[in-house]
Amino acid sequence: MFDKILPYLLSGISVGGQYALIAVGYTMVYGILRLINFAHGDIFTAAGFFMVYIAATLPVQIAMPLVVVLTVILGFAVERVAYKPLRSAPRMSVMISAIGVSYLLQNLMWYVTGGLAKQYPTIPWISNSITIGPATTKVVTIVTPILTILLVIALVTIIQKTKIGMAMRAVSKDFETAQLMGIKIDSVISTTFIIGSLLAAIGSVLYFTNYTSVTPTVGAMPGLKAFVAAVFGGIGSIPGAVIGAFIIGICENLIKALGYTTFSDAFTFALLIVILLFKPTGLFGEKISEKV
Amino acid sequence: MKKILALVLVLMLSVSAVAMAETIKIGVFEPASGDNGAGGKQEVIGIEYANSLVPTVEIGGVTYDVELVEVDNQSATDKAVSAAQELVDAGVSIVLGSYGSGVSMAGGEVFAAAEIPAIGCSCTNPGVTSLCDYYWRVCFLDPFQGTVMANFAMDEFGAKTAYVLSQLGDDYTTGLATYFAKAFEGMGGTVINEQFTEGTSDYTAYLTNAINGGADVIFCPTSTTVAALLINQAASMNIELPLLAGDTWESSVILDAAKGTNLTICCSTFFDENDESSTQAAEFVQGFKAWLNANPDKMTNNGGNDIVAAVSALGFDAYMTAIEAIKAADSAVGADIAAAMPGVTLTGVTGSISFDEIGDANKDMAYIKQANTETGAFDFVKTQTVAELEG
Amino acid sequence: MKKSTKNLINIGLLILMFVALYFIEKVAGTRSMLITVLKKGAIYALIAVSMNLLNGFTGLFSLGQAGFMLVGAYTYAVLTIPMAKRMAVYQYYDGGIIGFTVPAIVGILAAGALAAILAALIGLPVLRLKSDYLAIATLGFAEIIRAIIQWDALGPVTNGSNLLKTYPTFTTVLQPFLAATICIGIIVLLINSTYGRAFKAIRDDEIAAEAMGINLFHHKQMSFVISSFFAGVGGALLAMYQASLQANAFKSSMTYEILLIVVIGGMGSVTGSVLASFLFIACSEWWLRFLDTEMFLFGGTFKVPLLRSGFRMVVFSIVIMIVVLFFRKGIMGERELWDLFKPRKKKNKTTEGAKG
Repeated sequence: MFDKILPYLLSGISVGGQYALIAVGYTMVYGILRLINFAHGDIFTAAGFFMVYIAATLPVQIAMPLVVVLTVILGFAVERVAYKPLRSAPRMSVMISAIGVSYLLQNLMWYVTGGLAKQYPTIPWISNSITIGPATTKVVTIVTPILTILLVIALVTIIQKTKIGMAMRAVSKDFETAQLMGIKIDSVISTTFIIGSLLAAIGSVLYFTNYTSVTPTVGAMPGLKAFVAAVFGGIGSIPGAVIGAFIIGICENLIKALGYTTFSDAFTFALLIVILLFKPTGLFGEKISEKV
Repeated sequence: MKKILALVLVLMLSVSAVAMAETIKIGVFEPASGDNGAGGKQEVIGIEYANSLVPTVEIGGVTYDVELVEVDNQSATDKAVSAAQELVDAGVSIVLGSYGSGVSMAGGEVFAAAEIPAIGCSCTNPGVTSLCDYYWRVCFLDPFQGTVMANFAMDEFGAKTAYVLSQLGDDYTTGLATYFAKAFEGMGGTVINEQFTEGTSDYTAYLTNAINGGADVIFCPTSTTVAALLINQAASMNIELPLLAGDTWESSVILDAAKGTNLTICCSTFFDENDESSTQAAEFVQGFKAWLNANPDKMTNNGGNDIVAAVSALGFDAYMTAIEAIKAADSAVGADIAAAMPGVTLTGVTGSISFDEIGDANKDMAYIKQANTETGAFDFVKTQTVAELEG
Repeated sequence: MKKSTKNLINIGLLILMFVALYFIEKVAGTRSMLITVLKKGAIYALIAVSMNLLNGFTGLFSLGQAGFMLVGAYTYAVLTIPMAKRMAVYQYYDGGIIGFTVPAIVGILAAGALAAILAALIGLPVLRLKSDYLAIATLGFAEIIRAIIQWDALGPVTNGSNLLKTYPTFTTVLQPFLAATICIGIIVLLINSTYGRAFKAIRDDEIAAEAMGINLFHHKQMSFVISSFFAGVGGALLAMYQASLQANAFKSSMTYEILLIVVIGGMGSVTGSVLASFLFIACSEWWLRFLDTEMFLFGGTFKVPLLRSGFRMVVFSIVIMIVVLFFRKGIMGERELWDLFKPRKKKNKTTEGAKG
């Protein structure tokens, strides 16, 4: 029995780890700006394309840090261009702007690639096969959850111990008061986007090593699922997002194991709706009081 | 600036209007992007090569230049409607394509409404022609192809249980999978049917399902985009089951993905470049390779090598069929050409072509090929005809 | 102006529009791009207005439009495919299990009705949610609807995930215009009624509206159901326009497209949505097409840079971003076309209206 389930669990944990790295970006941005950053999934995809094009000319070891830097710049630029001018606008306007950015990024990637799937380069070592008991898989499957947890621990430490971390917590608690207390809102927000994009870039390396073709819309689904994970864990809570992501990754694969393959995506949304209705604050979220 | 631009546009329009006097337009309705983009491009180069050989056609004693109008249907049924509309608006007399059955079925309605005939090159779903009076095709159909592969799975691999994987919302893959399953079950086999949604990246769960279900073969007639992912993941999982598929898998995308793995990958297809029984085919292969080597752009569209894909051969045949139909109709009007279509016969590079009353070519032979994971080429396995299956 | 004269003028203008359309079709030809754009534009206008009713007038940020359109489109197609063709369409399901065919008009109404019923059911739990939570929940429902319709077990009804076609389609551009005009007319009447004023009150301030005795849930539910009804009708019309139908096309990106139309036109302006729909469709299907084809100037020596497949959508999305960022009120803001001709004496009111 366990022999049969193990491959699903492995792949669930691995994909869960990748969702987690994206979900952290969502949850941090939402925590601070109360914005569902629809473009986050596309930034993840863009990281994939950066690697495809850079690795075509440079060795992977050099390409990898470059990809991370470029993705961070992209995330930063999106915030500056599309969200910052709308700081005082209603929340709906910012969300529409996020949808617009997502649309633009997808179309841009479609244009650059000619709409064809691109093969992701082979990253040494983590692309190799490894056998665990009855299951054979890629090394990345094992690396992903470990790396994810390490990164998240590092992140949580930053948020708890450093000055910028404290500022972030203050801003997410109360935007205006934080501003009055002399916190530079813009730099806090930029830092949030930088961290989110950084994790998305690392997530994209892991994800595409596993699933080796990149298309302009490939990030849409993982992006949405990561968002659901963030809601599930309690939006604004980083450990919550990570746990939510692992649960969704594993459930999704178990549902496929049961034979309901058509519904593996729909399940995620059903879970989302159930959570929104019965526990809108998620597993670890703080209660948000309604402001009049 | 604006004025200059407008002037240039007007000039260009008037120049093209003058040139249009003796031009007949043939629409090329193919995907250049999306899941089937790679295959669509290979079909287009077959058509372009044919056009380079026969660039004119005689109608009523006047020589007309053939102009190809290419549109991209983006491998999506909703985009296909707009693309088809664009062809109609461009005033094409006949349409060739598309790679992918769903887009052909969607476009067919637009062509039928405009009374423009269309010739499918490699769309194998029965619905393409049976539901549209203006669609013909030069390849065989899924019921035949599915039966061929079911027989092959049983005979070659002694399969009792087959795991059949298809893509939701894709008429090509669901159609072929259904007919494979029907044939396989008809011969006493067991079928495990599963479907994945568009945009799925993770196929490990499906492959695990196949193993846990005790399958002997996996039949997965997917697009090449999906195939690349599937093969890669199957290789990393050390899957020993043979992967079987339909005509789409005869592509360099599959060869690239399979190279250096231990997988057994077989597919059925319409044409084999090494088959020397037909002089027409041999001539085509030789000419086409030379043309590809002379045109680096076209070589890139072929996947960077000069292996002749079956869809290129079908594109070539479809173009020649269109030329024959225009000659037979002796007219550039769509409805006239459509009326002449049923009577058209010719010897194409993929075999002789004549149409039945539904509009399908009477084709009765499929080639089965295996991907050689060492050399990165397809090895010919066998041919299969309808008569053999029935006998 | 008296109300009755105003009505007469409106009716006169509408009749004039139809007469003009009739002649345009005669001159341009049924197959021309102009007619195609007009057809699709009219359908998108209806869908955009239905979304505007919800998002712009009631302030409910719903992203479920594609789901309701999908239900409408499928209801229409499934009910109206001629019996003789069913065997070939439902080729894997032995002709399906629906043993009757209804006339197109009944199909369209059924499409709206089913979408409305579904909306009523979904609305019960979902409408309690606020702003972006509502958005993401409705988006989720749309995805779930799509998964259910594609489900193999429903194949005998929906043909699974496979293409539906051979159902009745438009024969003239007047049909979609007539349908869209009637539907949009009904929505305008609704917006100008007491209900419409209640919707706007909810949008502007929920708590104040409740304090004034407006039943929040009841009105939200009503707006949601009505909007979904017309989204369903719009879906059916879209199916007719496309002549073939597949659930796959009704993704969240379709909802985003309609949302962008609404934003470009101006949240809370019916005429804005209508104008933006025609502009959007004309640009994406027709006027910007030249950006997708490589162009050579000066006798083929100079290749215009950037032009190739996909460039149209890039330019298009940049334009949309510019509108979203710098012209936040869209073409019309909250005004209607007829407001433009009014004397500007109610200055107070218009400035306040434009703020939202």
